[in-house]
Amino acid sequence: MTALRLTVDGAERHLDVDTRTTLLDALRERLEVTSPKKGCDHGQCGSCTVLLDGRRSLSCLTLAVAQDGAEVVTAAGLGSPDALHPVQQAFLDHDGYQCGYCTPGQVCSAVGMLAEAAQGHPSHATDDLEADPELTDAEVRERMSGNLCRCGAYAGILAAVQQAAGAARAEERA
Amino acid sequence: MSTAEPITPRAVGAGHARVDGPLKVTGHALYAVEHGSDEGVTDPLTAWVVGAPVARGRVVRVDAAEALAHAGVVAVLDHETAPRLTETGDAELAILQDDRVHFRGQVVALVLAETSEAAREGARLVRVHVAEEAHVADLDEGVDAGEAYAPEQANAGHETDWADGDLEAARGAASVVVDQTYATPHEHNNPMEPHAAAAHWDGERLTLWDSTQGVHPVAGTLAPLLGLDQERVRVRAPYVGGGFGSKGLPHPPEVAAALAALSQPGRWVRLAITRQQVFSLTGYRTQTRSRVRLSAEPDGRLLAVEHDALSQTSRAKEFVEQTATAARMMYAAPARRTTHRVVPLDVAVPSWMRAPGEMPGMFAHEVAMDELAVACGVDPVDLRVRNEPDRDPETGKPWNDRRLVECLQRGAERFGWAGRPAEPRATVDGDWLVGTGVAAATYPTLWNPDNAARIESRAGGRYAVGIGAVDIGTGARTVLRQVAADALGVDVEAVDLALGDTSLPMATVAGGSAGTASWGTAIVQAAQQFRADHGPDPAPGLHTVSTTEGYPDTEGHALHSFGAVFAEVRVDRWTGEPRCTRLHGTYSVGRVVNPVLARSQLHGGLVMGLSAALHEDGVRDPRFGHTVTQDLATYHVAAHADVPPDLSAEWLEESDLLATPFGGRGVGEIGIVGTAAAIANAAWHATGVRVRDLPATPATFVGGVRG
Ligand code: FES
Ligand code: FES
Repeated sequence: MTALRLTVDGAERHLDVDTRTTLLDALRERLEVTSPKKGCDHGQCGSCTVLLDGRRSLSCLTLAVAQDGAEVVTAAGLGSPDALHPVQQAFLDHDGYQCGYCTPGQVCSAVGMLAEAAQGHPSHATDDLEADPELTDAEVRERMSGNLCRCGAYAGILAAVQQAAGAARAEERA
Repeated sequence: MSTAEPITPRAVGAGHARVDGPLKVTGHALYAVEHGSDEGVTDPLTAWVVGAPVARGRVVRVDAAEALAHAGVVAVLDHETAPRLTETGDAELAILQDDRVHFRGQVVALVLAETSEAAREGARLVRVHVAEEAHVADLDEGVDAGEAYAPEQANAGHETDWADGDLEAARGAASVVVDQTYATPHEHNNPMEPHAAAAHWDGERLTLWDSTQGVHPVAGTLAPLLGLDQERVRVRAPYVGGGFGSKGLPHPPEVAAALAALSQPGRWVRLAITRQQVFSLTGYRTQTRSRVRLSAEPDGRLLAVEHDALSQTSRAKEFVEQTATAARMMYAAPARRTTHRVVPLDVAVPSWMRAPGEMPGMFAHEVAMDELAVACGVDPVDLRVRNEPDRDPETGKPWNDRRLVECLQRGAERFGWAGRPAEPRATVDGDWLVGTGVAAATYPTLWNPDNAARIESRAGGRYAVGIGAVDIGTGARTVLRQVAADALGVDVEAVDLALGDTSLPMATVAGGSAGTASWGTAIVQAAQQFRADHGPDPAPGLHTVSTTEGYPDTEGHALHSFGAVFAEVRVDRWTGEPRCTRLHGTYSVGRVVNPVLARSQLHGGLVMGLSAALHEDGVRDPRFGHTVTQDLATYHVAAHADVPPDLSAEWLEESDLLATPFGGRGVGEIGIVGTAAAIANAAWHATGVRVRDLPATPATFVGGVRG
């Protein structure tokens, strides 16, 4: 067992973990933070996406012991049912989900992805690797492709992400 | 008790947002094993499934010594040590009761441990000694061995064989014949939440937080297996991470969770199977082969429709995909013949997957129709219009309101079908060969009897509505509230709806596109009975419970939904890579209770149909009997980038009071029906390569498109 300190959704948490414990299991099974979901447990579905030190990350592929001192933000930390994050509100506005199981991961992924794009990271769909990427629909679909949704809510998710991206751009301009 | 009367739609038809949206987007909605201490689930053990290492044989000995020596492992259950079931007739569910191995991956031991890490490691350390026997896990091998047989019936009680008219005469009179074989692979439902349950046995009662499409059906199945009265089994499923049929019937994970809990009285046990185990323990759509023979006049008018469907099942338990049933009712033809044959193999047990029967059957039938259109030189839309039956060919009954022709025509207009070149390979855009295709969709209007609802008046003009239904992502929690509000004549805000718990009145499975129809009818009937019992202005605390009488007019009419799917496909002329770039469906599904949620359901069906057309392939290794592509990297389901930028679904304005008192039919399955055919037909139009085998991948096209 190894002692560990994590900041999870703004709260400092101390725990002893088995060295085999993934960050996802530490959150779900030790800390009862079940907002990140387990869809595959090995990096193939995106359901477990959290923001790890500000960047989107698959928590099932990360050992908890490797993250001592890290800051973890889950969908539950981005907003609450009464005070939603703009990305979460956009998912509601566009019905970007059905069963909701992939949704916290999609939300975290979208927040992380928008930040990456704002920082100028290109993607496979980017034509000009030097220019600031423009978040076309093709860009969003490419950048969100690590998050599977078996309910097939992709059209709503795309619209939601574009709404959030537009709001973020408007805020930047203001 | 009288049957439900039609209601006046006010909330029904409005696009209310999902009531559980804020909980879902923040991750506060709790699924099965996520229920924690605030819900009474404390200090849980983790159970881990050990699967059979061979496809057929006998378990000689389960050596648990090493596993039990591992820190944190509490117990290992095998066929000798697990609690006994009272009923063992269902070989899929009767796990750990005898030494038989029916398929690779079957539950042969359960490890219980204090943590999931210890449970998983314990499972690795269990040594299962088996006496292996020769197995057959390949369809052709089964056919060659003469094992194909005619089952007593196909899934959902459909007749195995059905024929009509003078087939020989019709064949003889035909001047155009299409006679081809179409194949679909094993497809796996793969809801994003793998099957899971948290279970607790207090010595008297079994409690399960389950991931299921039906809490009452699970309790109704588990109770007799365990030798308990049904009142002693409580099943709850407030949130379920998708099902698509795989959580429609109880499967081994639920039994395993129950056995684990029975072995540890007083202790919660959590069991969540891995994604890999989903492929062997939760059902799947069997591969199908359809020989379709269409005999027609020169103008495409059908003289005979023949559909011979072959599929496989597990020797452990029969499941027969009803692949040929749509051919019985889809088009007019004086003669018809449909058959189902099935081959038993030593493989995992197939079961329901979204639109069982219609999905693979309509792929075959609608690609054959496209081939007939080409053979006759008739536009594919016109061909279908030309073969429109005025009554149901199967039953002879009048239709409820068959509007396929309108779906085709309206969809064609919306899609921009007019002016489409008849020839394939007529449109090139850079490296891409571009084509368009169409297919029809259909799904029967199913309705389950014996649903019940409870209505109770509360202070301030509010009403509590309870029904043991489950919202697996369909939006039941939202739409049933709309139905209840209209049935009671109050605003939706005045309705508190509870579902997902066997302590609520009986509700049937969320499946067969019958959930909203069956449960909604129960709510309408209960609300009307409540008004009859207690009047328009009841004191708080009065209640009525009622159980549905037969509503839909299945005696007098053939009840079906219809649709038309249009697709644009681009195929890279060098690599053969196919991309679906436009996908549209126009549907006739009765009154849409909630346009926002119905659109999402139809989109979801279209996306899953696209996924089947181009991606999904459960590849079995016949030497070992397991699915090789048993994860989400090798069993690819459509991701964001696979979905057409231009995806749309619409429906005809209508109300079908023969189906439900609020005029709606179901929307859950029809979106997947016909979609793969429309895409396959578009791919032919793009390339001239006929797709008769799913999925269509670059390998399908690369030989035919180069140059
Ligand atoms: S659970 Fe982490 S990617 Fe699937
Ligand atoms: S909402 Fe169900 S998997 Fe995405």
